[in-house]
Amino acid sequence: MTETEHFVSVSGLTKRFGDNEVLRDIDLTVDLHNVVCLIGASGSGKSTLLRCLNLLEPVDAGTIVIDGETVTNGKVDVNALRRRIGIVFQSFNLFPHMTVMQNIVLAPRKTQGLSKQEAEAKARELLERIGLLDKADEFPDRLSGGQQQRVAIVRALAMDPKLMLLDEITSALDPQLVSDVLSLVREMAESGMTMVLATHEMSFAREVADKVCFLDAGSILEEGPPAEMFSAPREPRTRAFLARVLEAGRI
Amino acid sequence: MGKFLHAFFSPLGLRRAVPQVWDGFQTNVKLMVIAEILVLVLALVVAIVRGLPGRWSLPFRGLAIAYTDFFRGTPLILVAYVIALGLPSLKLAVVSSQSLFVYGVAALTLVYTAYVTEVYRAGIESVHPSQRMAARSLGLTYAQTMTHVILPQAIRRVVPPLLNDFIGLQKDTAIITVIGLTEAIAQAGFYSNDFFSYAGYMVAAIFFVILTIPFARFTDYLIKKRERRERAQLV
Repeated sequence: MTETEHFVSVSGLTKRFGDNEVLRDIDLTVDLHNVVCLIGASGSGKSTLLRCLNLLEPVDAGTIVIDGETVTNGKVDVNALRRRIGIVFQSFNLFPHMTVMQNIVLAPRKTQGLSKQEAEAKARELLERIGLLDKADEFPDRLSGGQQQRVAIVRALAMDPKLMLLDEITSALDPQLVSDVLSLVREMAESGMTMVLATHEMSFAREVADKVCFLDAGSILEEGPPAEMFSAPREPRTRAFLARVLEAGRI
Repeated sequence: MGKFLHAFFSPLGLRRAVPQVWDGFQTNVKLMVIAEILVLVLALVVAIVRGLPGRWSLPFRGLAIAYTDFFRGTPLILVAYVIALGLPSLKLAVVSSQSLFVYGVAALTLVYTAYVTEVYRAGIESVHPSQRMAARSLGLTYAQTMTHVILPQAIRRVVPPLLNDFIGLQKDTAIITVIGLTEAIAQAGFYSNDFFSYAGYMVAAIFFVILTIPFARFTDYLIKKRERRERAQLV
């Protein structure tokens, strides 16, 4: 019964690349309209965990239940699943041969059967919201990194996802471009979007997260509400990580 | 020297050879256009088959690999002989009763499809895996990802090497003369037999060069354009 209460519930998730166990017995729950932040050093498994959630990476062991549906039993329609889960990557991954508009309407038109008019009307609405409507007919390489990343977020939002996965989406951006992207994420959080984000932006995590999970060498070492995690972490390794981050001036 | 010029470049000889060689050269152009269209389509199909995922596609991938390996390694002249002489002797329905022109197109298409398959494949593999991942993460199927995301980028990148292969194909239409098809080289040969002059061959050479120069310049232009764009991105 407890499983159905959570929107996402992961248990015993294990993922290997060859002999390397990158995720080890992960248990994680995400409630509807909540924001969960994954923090931890590079290589701790944050990205892999996100990619397992929408089955971009096949899972070796454990179960993932999303919105009441077990997605790890091999019977699920992965394409249908991914249409309900948006993911945004560190490197934007916009399609360079398509305009901003074409990038956004491609999936809604091909997978949801929306007409060109419907899809474009919706895309214009979303672009308006992020103040990039005037860029609709530009190609991605004419946009700044921050603009590209916001278009990538909008491209995912155009599918009306019930869950958004954000994989270090500000890590490839110049510092002055980060805030535009973060304010869009903040807006999404306020509008009740369920999100899991891997991030190095600790102050942002502290502000928007309902729960913070610290990953260390493929395991969730510690999790809790942000106030607790950032001011009174229990684990020595969490403390060491946060101290390093503090030193690097990222807080 | 005078003898040489007379044998190859006598103005009268050249002028007299033009209509006869032109008559044959039209066959080369037809061979080339039809074979190129077929190669463009078939090579794309073979390249896509070679890249198919999953276990069920293994036999198809194997066939595609065997095909490209075999026809890239076989001289065109040999393929032309085997098709034009071999197929009619089999006395099969349809395949044994085609014209020499059709056999010529078949030989060119078989050999060049194998080359161009590799060009397409290189293009497909040059598209960064993150593009595929982004498309699949939006819920697009494998086929939709190929059609809308991977292939448009791949094909754009391989246009210059593709045109280069087509220049090769244009020239190799001359090899088809060996099966007895009356094209430019055959006509030049007839001419030299009739008039004891090699001017016919010179005229044929000029025709081939005139046909390939626009192709070569267009390829250069596309490469330059891409270099400019890539440099602009780096700034």
